[in-house]
Order: sequence, then C-alpha cells, then structure tokens
Amino acid sequence: MLIALFFIISITFFLMRLAPGSPFASERQFPPQIEKQLNAKYGLDNPWYIQFKDYVADSLTFDFGESMKYKGRSTNDIIFDSFPISMTLGIEAMLISIGFGVIIGVIAALYHNRFPDYLAITIAVLGISVPSFILAGLMQYFLAFKLGMFPISGWKGFIYSILPALAIAITHIGFIAKLTRSSMLEQMNSEYVKLARAKGLGKWKTVFKHTLRNALLPVVTYLGPLAAGVLTGSFIIEQVFSIPGLGRHFVTSISNRDYTVIMGTTVFYSIILLLAVFIVDILYSVIDPRIKLKGAKR
Amino acid sequence: MAHTDQQVEKFDTKMFSIVGIREKETEKLAEKSISFWKEVLLRFSQNKLAIIGLVLLIIIAIMAIVAPMTSPYNYREQLGIYNAPPSAAHWFGTDDLGRDMFVRVWEGARISLFIGLTAAVIDLIIGVLWGSIAGLSGGRVDNIMMRIADVLSAVPYLLVVIILLVVMEKGILPMIIALSITGWINMARIVRGEVLSIKNQEYVLAARTLGANTWHLIIKHLIPNAFGAILVTMTLTIPTAIFTESFLSYLGLGVPHPDASWGTMASEGNKALTSAPWRLFFPAFFISLTIFAFNAIGDGLRDALDPKLRK
Repeated sequence: MLIALFFIISITFFLMRLAPGSPFASERQFPPQIEKQLNAKYGLDNPWYIQFKDYVADSLTFDFGESMKYKGRSTNDIIFDSFPISMTLGIEAMLISIGFGVIIGVIAALYHNRFPDYLAITIAVLGISVPSFILAGLMQYFLAFKLGMFPISGWKGFIYSILPALAIAITHIGFIAKLTRSSMLEQMNSEYVKLARAKGLGKWKTVFKHTLRNALLPVVTYLGPLAAGVLTGSFIIEQVFSIPGLGRHFVTSISNRDYTVIMGTTVFYSIILLLAVFIVDILYSVIDPRIKLKGAKR
Repeated sequence: MAHTDQQVEKFDTKMFSIVGIREKETEKLAEKSISFWKEVLLRFSQNKLAIIGLVLLIIIAIMAIVAPMTSPYNYREQLGIYNAPPSAAHWFGTDDLGRDMFVRVWEGARISLFIGLTAAVIDLIIGVLWGSIAGLSGGRVDNIMMRIADVLSAVPYLLVVIILLVVMEKGILPMIIALSITGWINMARIVRGEVLSIKNQEYVLAARTLGANTWHLIIKHLIPNAFGAILVTMTLTIPTAIFTESFLSYLGLGVPHPDASWGTMASEGNKALTSAPWRLFFPAFFISLTIFAFNAIGDGLRDALDPKLRK
C-alpha cells in the first residue's frame, strides 16, 4: 500500500514536471526577474532531485504548499474547505447505491424469472449503461428545470444534494443489484436456506436472517471500487451541479495547471482511496470469518 | 433361494427369438455431439438481451461508417443555422456553430468506437503477453510481474488517466495511450489465472516434453484455451474505455475541436441544456446505447461460456 502511495506521489511529480505550460503562463508576461523570484519561491529553480526530495518530505508531513494560482491560499485550506462537502455527497451516494442496489437485487432474486426480476434487471442494466454525467444533465433538465422539484444547482442544504447523489449512485445501484441478485440466487439453492424455509420461517425473515448475510459478501468486495467510483464520479457531478467540492477544485486546478493543488489533491485522493480499500479488506474478514487476514493472529 | 430358482425355471427358450444384427442402431449415438464453440454459439443466440445488443451494435457500426459518407453535410461544416431543433433537413438539429448534429453524432461514433476498440486491443495484447509470461514462468518472475500490476492497479485508474492527459497534448492518440496504460492489468490477471490452471495439465506437459518452447506453448495451447475468458474481458473492456473517453471529454480533456466525440458533444450540450436539449440528448442516447450493447454482449458471452450453465 505504501509502495503504491509512493508510486503515485512520484508519478504525479514527474508528470507535472513534464507538463507543458507553466502555472504563471496564463497571466500577462512577467519580467524575467519576477518570474525568477516566483520560481525561487516555489522552489522551481532547484534541480529536479532536490525538488523531488522536498516534495516527498512535504507530502509525508502533509504540507502541500501554497496554491500557485490563488495567492495566499494553501492547498491544505482548499482540501479541508471543500472535502467535507464532497464527503457528505459521497457518503450519501454510497448509502443510496448500497440501499437501492441491495433491495433491487433481493427483489429480483426472490421473483426469479418473473416480472419483478425482469424489471429490476432492466433498471440495473440501464443504470450501468447510462453514464452518470448524462443522467445528471437529464435529471437537471427534467426534474429540476421542467418540473421544479429540486433546485437546479448549488449547495445550500440537504435538498441540493439529492440529485447529485442520485446521479453518482445510479451506476453503482446497477452493479450492486446485479451482484446481489446472482449471489442471492446461488445462496437460495443451498441447504441452510431450504432448512430455514422447511422449519416454517417466513420468506422475508429467511432472507434477512440467513440468505442476505451470506449473499452480501460479494457486495462488500465491491465497496472498494464503489468508494473510488463515487470519488471520481464527483469530478463531473460537482461540475454539473456547481457544488464547491474537492472534485471541482481538482478539475479547475488541472485546467489552471496549478501544480501544488493538483499534486496535493491527487495525493489526498490516493490516501483516501487506499485507506478505503484497506478498511474494506478488514471489514471483509470481520464479516466472513472464513477469510483470515494474512499475518493475523489465530 | 428356492423361490428364485423357481422363477428362473419359468423362462422358456420359446420366449426368445433371434433378431440378428442391427447394424444401424449400434452405430447410432445417443445424441448428436456438438463442439464446444457451437454450443456456446447456440446458447448465445438464445440469450435475447445479448442478441439485441449485437443487433444494436451492428446498426451503430454501419451507421458510423455509412452516415458521414452519405450525408449532404460535413461534420465541421458551419451551415449558418444555429441551434435549430430536429427537422427533416437536420434530423438531430444543429449546434451553436451551425453544424449538423446527425453527421456529428455518427462522426463521434467513429471516434468513440475507434478509441474504445483500439484501447481494448492494446489492453489485450499487453495483458495476454504479461499474464501468460507471468503465469508460465512462475516463481520469482511471476511474483515481480504481478506485484508491478498490483501497485499499478492500486493507483486510482481515472486519476492516472487525468494526470496523463494533463501532461500530453489533447488528441486521439494520447487518449488511447492514457486509457491503455492501466487498462491491461485486469486482462493480465485473468490471463495469468487461466494460464496457471492450464499449464499443469497433461497436454501442456506433453508439448513441453516434445520440446515446444514458451512461444509455441503460449500461441498453440494457452491462448486457444483461455480464449473464452479473454473474449469476455475484452468485450467488457470496450464499454469501460468508451465511458472513460466520454467522461474525460466531458471534463474537457478529450478530443480537441473540431473533431466530434460523444463526450465532447454531451458536454457542450449540457451547457445549452435549457435552450437546445437535443444537443445533449442525441449524443447521450448513443453513448448509453453503445455501452449497453457491449455490456449485453459481454454478459451473454460470459453466460454462454460458463461451463456451470452447460446443459
């Protein structure tokens, strides 16, 4: 995991060095002295290995320096201002996708090869096929603009978060529904479910007490990719709904070539994602006692 | 014992007669045996969703080839009619620069399909080579090669692609490179898994004993046997590539003007959503349709190839 992190840190560093255009380029031409001073301030005049060493040291202490574009704002400020917004949105999206995905999957499995199954599968396939940004645009147009049910854009309260969260979630709803359905079907043929039914337990009670517990294991493995998908999904969705989250800052910093912010957010994103995958791994072994973490004590 | 003896005695030779040799019936098999691939094809063709996907895809491909050639307009030609709604002359309307959307949508189909297919083929080549070499060599080589893949795949895919595209000039080629730089890992893992299960089987051992070298093994034995898994992975890689392409184009990192890709068009359309909704609708519809078609085919192939579902 740490190797992966180091890899990301170094690859962003070298790619940023290779990138054409300078963060100061978009403004009017500086006199050479000022440009020299600016370069000195950000350490751009050092040889690359010293820059790299500084940069790695800074990353380790979580100090990404000042934004090259917005003077006086440090990257840390930007991250900590906007990340809570993205996190709220992300958690909401994750809850929606898990909740709806599992429910749709369970219904599809219980009514296998009957109408509700076909309906659920169609919804799932549509959800997977329609990219989130397109759905966001369409929802914005029909639900917010035409019907006025939701605010079109902005970030001023819970009601503002519903459409964006739904737009991010829809693809994952589809995936989770498919996963749940197939593993439910597999579990429903097993002996213990038949036994539970035979001893007179109700249909739904069997599902919640027995089947679902085992059927959800594949869904738990999907949580890692889900976290990644929700995060990257926010890049566009925050843009579409003009939400001042981290995703939007990331995208803006890319077009501004704001190196410090790009590197800061990339490293930050990577830490969050690797952490998410790590937590999922632990969670997996907690839920399924058959799987032991490598090196775990017996 | 006495009871059974009595029963046996009851059978008389008169009860039996000689029927002779029925040559035809001894030659007949219980059921006509069909080859594995024929059976796969049969099961694939019974999957309605997959067939719908295949038909849709063929239509889209034909339109992408034919439409820009036969249309009276050019995809970069500015006709002077701005933001016109769909009509008989312009089936999908026109955009803010007065370009015919119908031609642009199919031109976009060419670019999106090209990027998706090329990225998938590159993934295929690198992934198959990497996976089969790692799987065949085993031991330390395998370990190092798969560790590299692990580290690469721990890096968030889109993040890398975005960073790469920031560095490179905009265009189709950088897009393909960026898409395939981490895209091959999945393929490599699947191929390695297949190779590991195949390589210890007797016929591979026999081939080795007869002096076949690694290349011969990969091409003659491993690839044909891992073909099913490879095919499914590839069909499911293409929609991911198309999706990522449109995602990146939407962020403004895609194919530059005046070329049209679906993502770029959808992104422009989104900005003009309130005044010209058709500019979002058509590219959006075809992105979704294409991704759906590939996914349906991929799922159908996977089901058809799954030995657990064989009848």
